Amino acid sequence: MSIAFPKPDGAILSRRNEILAGLARLVAPEALISSEDERRAFETDGLTAYRQIPLAVVLPSSTAEVSAVMRFCQENGVKVVPRGAGTSLSGGAIPQEDAIVLGIAKMNRVLDVDFANRTARVEAGITNLGISQAVAYEGFFYAPDPSSQLACTIAGNIAMNSGGAHCLKYGVTTNNLLGVTMVLLDGTVVTFGGEHLDSGGYDFLGLITGSEGQLGVVTEAVVRILRAAEGARPALFGFERVEDAGACTAAIIAAGIIPVALEYMDRPAIQICEAFAHAGYPLDVEAMLIVEVEGSDAEIDDMLRRIVAIAEPFRPKTIKVSQSEAESAAIWKGRKSAFGATGRVADYICMDGTIPTGQLPYVLRRIDEIAKSYGLGVANVFHAGDGNLHPLVMFDTNKPGEMEKAEAVGEAILKLCVEVGGCLTGEHGVGIEKRDLMTYQFTATDLAQQMRVHGVFDPQWLLNPAKVFPLEGRLAA
Amino acid sequence: MTLHIPRDEQDASAIIREAAAKRAKLRVSGRDTKAAMGRPVDAQSGISSRELSGVTLYEPAELVISALSGTPVSEVVRTLADKGQELPFEPMDYRPLLGTKGEPTIGAVAAMNISGPRRIMAGAARDSLIGVRFANGQGEVVKSGGRVMKNVTGLDLVKLMAGSWGTLGFLTEVTFKVLPKHERMSTLLLRGLDDKRAIEALSQALGSPYDVTGAAHLPAPDTLGARTLIRLEGFSVSVDYRLGELRRLLKRFGTGDILEGRGAEALWQSVKDATVLQDHAGRSVWRISTAPTKGPDFASHVGRAVDAQWFYDWGGGLLWITTPMAGDLGVTAIREATKAFGGHATLISAPSEIRSALDVFEPQSEAVMQLTRGIKASFDPAGILNPGRMYAGV
Repeated sequence: MSIAFPKPDGAILSRRNEILAGLARLVAPEALISSEDERRAFETDGLTAYRQIPLAVVLPSSTAEVSAVMRFCQENGVKVVPRGAGTSLSGGAIPQEDAIVLGIAKMNRVLDVDFANRTARVEAGITNLGISQAVAYEGFFYAPDPSSQLACTIAGNIAMNSGGAHCLKYGVTTNNLLGVTMVLLDGTVVTFGGEHLDSGGYDFLGLITGSEGQLGVVTEAVVRILRAAEGARPALFGFERVEDAGACTAAIIAAGIIPVALEYMDRPAIQICEAFAHAGYPLDVEAMLIVEVEGSDAEIDDMLRRIVAIAEPFRPKTIKVSQSEAESAAIWKGRKSAFGATGRVADYICMDGTIPTGQLPYVLRRIDEIAKSYGLGVANVFHAGDGNLHPLVMFDTNKPGEMEKAEAVGEAILKLCVEVGGCLTGEHGVGIEKRDLMTYQFTATDLAQQMRVHGVFDPQWLLNPAKVFPLEGRLAA
Repeated sequence: MTLHIPRDEQDASAIIREAAAKRAKLRVSGRDTKAAMGRPVDAQSGISSRELSGVTLYEPAELVISALSGTPVSEVVRTLADKGQELPFEPMDYRPLLGTKGEPTIGAVAAMNISGPRRIMAGAARDSLIGVRFANGQGEVVKSGGRVMKNVTGLDLVKLMAGSWGTLGFLTEVTFKVLPKHERMSTLLLRGLDDKRAIEALSQALGSPYDVTGAAHLPAPDTLGARTLIRLEGFSVSVDYRLGELRRLLKRFGTGDILEGRGAEALWQSVKDATVLQDHAGRSVWRISTAPTKGPDFASHVGRAVDAQWFYDWGGGLLWITTPMAGDLGVTAIREATKAFGGHATLISAPSEIRSALDVFEPQSEAVMQLTRGIKASFDPAGILNPGRMYAGV
């Protein structure tokens, strides 16, 4: 438990009843949660090692209610922790004792679907998958697909600029968002963007995407929807050497092929996933690639033939081209269950750095050394096309001190990612988890510029304040 | 007019620091091919990136290129082409439209978020821009993003820099995500459609699973001469297949012709650079982004008010309109149309006295203007970088 929370503001805690009464005047009775039992349901998110029970939870059902609550909180100096579905892996939605949680999950309606213009207007509490489901009847989908997509909200996706396994072709949230309605801290409702592309003026849409709930609360969004490809099929390659898998990836890209997904798993990850999913993964290889392409059957056949030919010089020990829906599903089941399957054999923390892809062999070797020096194991899954690495550092919660060791390994891995030219987080966000590492990636000048931009929206640090920026050295209002 | 030409980033930083101390305003430029865009800047001196030139990192296997901001776009394009790659967003070249000479810089592509027809499929310049280094208005060197394409660490200042027209910082280095060039490009050409039918055809094509990378409509004085273009790119086998499917899908709009090779490339270049606009010289040029199906209503609204000519890119969502250099240049009708149909309009080409009197960019709500001023002050508290280039007082 090495991540510190700021000391709660005693003045706010002592005014709790008054604050609750104030909030009760602004929202429907069922929208305000005050009992300790019910508040406890909001004490953490996907980073479950850290928990804080909030002052109160408000679940508004309209932009007007969000606006009223925000204005009230600003006027009363009450901190606000915005929350979607609470699936953040970096602790982005973990509350504070002296803050209210402002959850938008009740605002989950589809407001308009426009297939001709390929846009959907939704309330921001809708789930990521909910958007795809709402447009599936015409063969459309919403492209970014974080693995929590069944539960996570588009508001949370916007706050964290979420990615997914298919972003090599389709981009991440920021590339698929056209407009938002956002409530500023003082209750002002603004819109950025719209149903069109690339508004003039400063790119506020780009700025708020990935701002981790510190600039405002998004209540509506216009997203780009796409017509799904006719089909998709993966091929699986097993290699005896990490270097060969890396070189094969580079060769595929050099041949002008951008697969829709290009996933890498190392030996521990293969073993763990195979034991769980029985996906037919080769157990005698050091590295495995899953390469998926899209199109018609004939296009897929042609493309997979090319990819197999490209892979051959790297002497893959296993080549398995999916021949059916069932085989495709099995190949993906293993990869998609990586986190869950790891959770069966150990406790783990999931890291999320990005590295220049050419550094993969070196980085994996170093990760192994770092983990071994603490006596821990690591399984690595990697979005090989875009360099986003997810080392799963395994430990045993019941052994005193192991979690701290795992956190130390995680920290060393993220520093390594920065050292080789990458970054601390590719898609999970900074949250509380990586807050104190920001100084490794950014100079004081870089951070000060970010904080001045932050200060335009929230000079008093009331919105999700314990996150992203190190607690030391913050710019005062 | 003193023009400062820094030799490196430190030099740029020192020049700006000194100017900030004296509150001396600086016009920010690259190689001046687009100096006549935006609102005129009232400044006694300037700072140019023209000596900050060269590709600093290129890793084809990692799909990433970095270059100093004053590097000619042509040099970046050539470097990429040597390895069979390209800038995915197909940046427009403004020189023919503006009648300027010289080399456009890669920094301006970032600073002005300049994209082309492939934007509908591959995103805008801002979507491919993954890292920047710049000196802010106090001369401090700041970096944001980096050289990896998946990066959510901290506030995304890269996006703010893209499209800020030099008002927030002086870019010194930019890093773009790149993509392989396609093996083959083919265009389905439909003839004789009026604007609404054409946009309907483009919407249907863009809503198909066939990965359309260009969708333009070029109206003509009579519909007989109107041309509707749908571009496919990729491996040859795949292009053939998708062309066949697309023709079947669109058969109610006519059988169409297939264009390939030099002629097709030249046609798309004229769409990209907006040179298909007839008589753009001597007329004012507007660039409008709206929802694709609103494009025809938008254009005819303007056409009823003034003698306007236009064409559509981005499936109908990007509208280039020329209006006579007389009266109000159609601004009243254009601003009415953005209110009625949504979107935004930018005045691209007009004499400087007009650009200082009119709103060049779409006017913003007071709340957004307040944020805009706040952002400006957070980067450039002395207000010395390209003051007024986008909005008066910013």
